[in-house]
Amino acid sequence: MTVHLMTTTAPTNVTDLENVAVLKAQNVNVYYGTKQALRDVWLYVPEHKITALIGPSGCGKSTLLRCFNRMNDLIPNARVEGEITYRGQNLYDPDIDPVEVRRRIGMVFQKPNPFPKSIYENVAWGARINGYRGDMDELVERALRRAALWDEVKDRLHDNALALSGGQQQRLCIARAIAVEPEVILMDEPASALDPIATLKIEDLMRELKERYTILIVTHNMQQAARVSDYTAMMMLTEDGRAGTVVEFGETEQVFTRPRDPRTEDYITGRFG
Amino acid sequence: MTLRDTTSLSQAATQADVYLALRRKQGRRLAETVIRYTLLACGLVSILTTLGIVTVLLFESFQFFREVSVVEFLTDTQWTPLFKDKHFGIWPLVAGTFLTSAIALSVALPLGLLSAIYLSEYASPRVRSVLKPILEILAGIPTVVYGYFALLFVTPLLQKVIPNLAGFNAISPGIVMGIMILPMVSSLSEDALHAVPRALRDAAYALGATKFEVSTQVVVPAALSGITASFILAVSRAVGETMIVAIAAGQRPVLTLDPRGPIQTMTAYIVQVSLGDTPAGSLAFKTIFAVGFTLFLITLVLNVISHFFVRRYREQY
Repeated sequence: MTVHLMTTTAPTNVTDLENVAVLKAQNVNVYYGTKQALRDVWLYVPEHKITALIGPSGCGKSTLLRCFNRMNDLIPNARVEGEITYRGQNLYDPDIDPVEVRRRIGMVFQKPNPFPKSIYENVAWGARINGYRGDMDELVERALRRAALWDEVKDRLHDNALALSGGQQQRLCIARAIAVEPEVILMDEPASALDPIATLKIEDLMRELKERYTILIVTHNMQQAARVSDYTAMMMLTEDGRAGTVVEFGETEQVFTRPRDPRTEDYITGRFG
Repeated sequence: MTLRDTTSLSQAATQADVYLALRRKQGRRLAETVIRYTLLACGLVSILTTLGIVTVLLFESFQFFREVSVVEFLTDTQWTPLFKDKHFGIWPLVAGTFLTSAIALSVALPLGLLSAIYLSEYASPRVRSVLKPILEILAGIPTVVYGYFALLFVTPLLQKVIPNLAGFNAISPGIVMGIMILPMVSSLSEDALHAVPRALRDAAYALGATKFEVSTQVVVPAALSGITASFILAVSRAVGETMIVAIAAGQRPVLTLDPRGPIQTMTAYIVQVSLGDTPAGSLAFKTIFAVGFTLFLITLVLNVISHFFVRRYREQY
């Protein structure tokens, strides 16, 4: 396969990745009104792996992430061009219902945003609106166990979720996302509002979760990307500084130790950003 | 750097210089005191007025209840203080108020909340910026106009649909009162819905919720205290509304829940007596204070109940 990329280095073993990618972005351009936010972006997200999006602030990492579950639809004037596919299906076909997309491609946000309801209800709500008919208690327990939160909250499931600490709230948000059984979980800097210990817990959790789910994570923290991810996509503003794009994508080890793009090397070694 | 008359202190400044520079200025202290007590006085005006009103109500009601027993007031089923055969049972007036208010609220609360949900969650910013001010204009129409609108337009219209509908009735002013209150409910509820953080909506959408599920199961519960506050205000306005019911509901205090015939509300009765030729100081005149006091108690109880309701059920974000 040949990918023509004006501003990017050819990816390593693209063809290998193409076969295992659950999500693919190809020639994606995103506009907010007249302002272009992403230009000619491509990305493959391989199954049961953690893929990290790194890069300086304002280069469109979150924008790209939100393309994959059509959260950009909720922003007035946002426009997505190009092809974003989930197991081969273009997610932006007119027949595609964003509600169904989001049920299969879940999301965890930068700032923990539990509903102002009980811990139990936070986990149960998503499953209920999606028509879950099974044993709700069991589902809640399973989701909380997978999010490594069960032992801390099992005695106060009916307390308000906002009484939890920030790190616990974020794990609750992960449990909430897991409870609807998505295939992919998008994480938008999930640990940036947390202290180092809570961050480590989230990272451990991600390693466990990739057994079952495919994870795409945006992070500011390059050590975090190096620690947890299998693949890394480096994003930058284009030379004219007007829109973000992916400048390098490959196995995390390669991107961090033998970057092909000089801009990646500069960024990783801390020369700027 | 120089701010106003403050000169920066050089390295050579002595402690005395620093003292002079940092010392509390006399004039400023006085000004702050004056400002503080002026603001306090403004606040006291409304508090004292309220206390004065309550005192007058209590005093005059007490005078009334020296001549008419509380038991009669609460058990008699007729209200005829202006006739020869005097009865002082408050229930016909309470029933009138309850009836018109219930009709008004059954119009204003659902429509107000639904239009608030539309404006906050569904309408595009452009539609919203046009619709909201239009809705709020409704709140600026004088209630007299609404009263005649009920009497001369809505009642004849309803008479074509509802058989045996009297010229004065509870249903027409009830509906019109609901329309009058609607913009307030809608506007205040919309403010409450709009204030719910985006992050909560995003969280719900990201779980695969539809717009309706997000609106009704996440946004509305999160805005419940604001919505309830708007409902309380609506109830208070409906119970206290005077002009519409005085014009279009009739002047017949009857103990009924049939909205088709003439009734009289507590407020309309007070208007009737205070504008009529009832001699001030007579027992018949004192009834209006007893009625006013009852009205006051009803709204007070409603406020207290709703206060506890909000504290119990709100979802604080």
